[in-house]
Amino acid sequence: MALETLTERGAAQPRHGWPPWLRSIWQHAYFYSRTWRSSIVSSFVQPVMYLAAMGLGIGALVTKSTGTVSGVSYLAFVAPGLLAGSLLQLSATESTYPVLAGLKWIKTYWAKVATPLSVGDVVIGHLGWVAIRCAAVATIYLGVMAAFGVVAGPLGLLVVPAAVLSAMATAGPITAFSASQDDDTPFALLFRLGVLPMFLFSGVFYPIDRLPRWAQLLADCSPLTHGVHLVRSLTLDRSLAIGCLFDVAYLGLWVTAGIWMTMRIFTKKLVQ
Amino acid sequence: MGSLPTRLLFPGGGGRGRLLVEANFRRYMRHWLLLVTGFAEPLLFLLSIGIGLGGLIGGIKVGGETIAYAAFVAPGLLATSAMNGAMIDSVFNVYFKLNITHSYNAILATPLSTVDVALGEIGWAVVRGTLYSSMFIAVMVALGDVRSWMVIACLPACMLLSGSLAAIGMAATTFMRTWQDFDLVTLVQMPMFLFAGVFFPVSAYPPWLHLIVVATPLYQGVALCRGLSLGHLEVSMLANIAYLVVLGAIGLRITTRRLARLLAP
Repeated sequence: MALETLTERGAAQPRHGWPPWLRSIWQHAYFYSRTWRSSIVSSFVQPVMYLAAMGLGIGALVTKSTGTVSGVSYLAFVAPGLLAGSLLQLSATESTYPVLAGLKWIKTYWAKVATPLSVGDVVIGHLGWVAIRCAAVATIYLGVMAAFGVVAGPLGLLVVPAAVLSAMATAGPITAFSASQDDDTPFALLFRLGVLPMFLFSGVFYPIDRLPRWAQLLADCSPLTHGVHLVRSLTLDRSLAIGCLFDVAYLGLWVTAGIWMTMRIFTKKLVQ
Repeated sequence: MGSLPTRLLFPGGGGRGRLLVEANFRRYMRHWLLLVTGFAEPLLFLLSIGIGLGGLIGGIKVGGETIAYAAFVAPGLLATSAMNGAMIDSVFNVYFKLNITHSYNAILATPLSTVDVALGEIGWAVVRGTLYSSMFIAVMVALGDVRSWMVIACLPACMLLSGSLAAIGMAATTFMRTWQDFDLVTLVQMPMFLFAGVFFPVSAYPPWLHLIVVATPLYQGVALCRGLSLGHLEVSMLANIAYLVVLGAIGLRITTRRLARLLAP
């Protein structure tokens, strides 16, 4: 009956030749095709409003006072920062409640491992889907930035993969954290004491050399600081300095560690 | 007789709504970390934006005098903290009790009425808003972002703001059908936070936009808090207060009527 209803609605089914990991991602895409409306505000409206308020509103104040930041207008400075910052919030949201829903509340991940899909496929499904969501938001955001005239050159095309790399650096560890929780109470604390401070103190709104020395050292450890630096360098078409390669390496380290931790905890939870 | 906050809020007994405030208080004592860290959001914004952007912006002109950006943004964030405290409880928690746990059905089986439920929830939202505002005012004073002793009057202003927003927020919640509707709350709350004068003066807007911004409840709270913290008393503050009182009364009226209809046996 249920299957009949789905077919009647014309839902595309995964093709037979698909590899398991692609089918695993497909499950998320299918789920999203039913619930996407509730994500419009947080994924698209919010970043654009932040860009308008910070870039134009505060930008006008900065222009009146100091003129430029790091050699560019405040709007051009803050826009790539807000892109990386918004993706942090998106990847964190997608890696908290939905993970606990899959493992515990509606147990879709249990259903998935009961099929020929492996735990690795489940992990690829989740993280791969987060990456796709981030890439979609980053693409739209890049378009908005281009409309505001703050994308300086052809390196801007690399902004989307760079922003996704930055988001995945936090998605992995947060997924591992979420998977090891028993209920959702710690998530509010994670957002207030982890995600928000990272968003506010990682050079999104101003260069981190404005912070006191000890806070700069902390900010340097934050993956978002490196994500912001990388995305900003590409948007402003600054030459790909050695610093950017370091950013990529540092973010890659976080991504690898995140995948490893997630694999471990998912295996512990899903394999009896 | 109940715990300290309820006794302070309802010195004369305060009807049966007091009991609901007491219940909320006891529930939160088990998750006190959740309660206290709700205050972290505006505080982190104050530290980050006030200090970091303050250096880029320098001074800002308000009422003929130039003040530091941190002193400008702090009262705006104070009003925001009152708003956040009020909204968390009057929207998310009320939805949960109304539609998921059906706590109100149980409560109405006791001598409490729908008016008690509305007053109790709004009263609790005011307690939470007061908690956040008083902590925030203390931080503002400690950081030197305050220009006048009148900042003390920001506390009742924030209580009014949180009560008023809680009433209207709870009224809106009674119309919600699914979790997805929370996005509408974000859609109202977030633009107010970003555009209603917290971060930059509303005088920068074109006239039509200015009118819209000035009509938002958060703007009233920001205007009150900023005026008091800078020591600029103005006649227009009476209008801000009247606006919030009327909004709160409308919210309370809608809430009690809706609850009576939704929860009728």
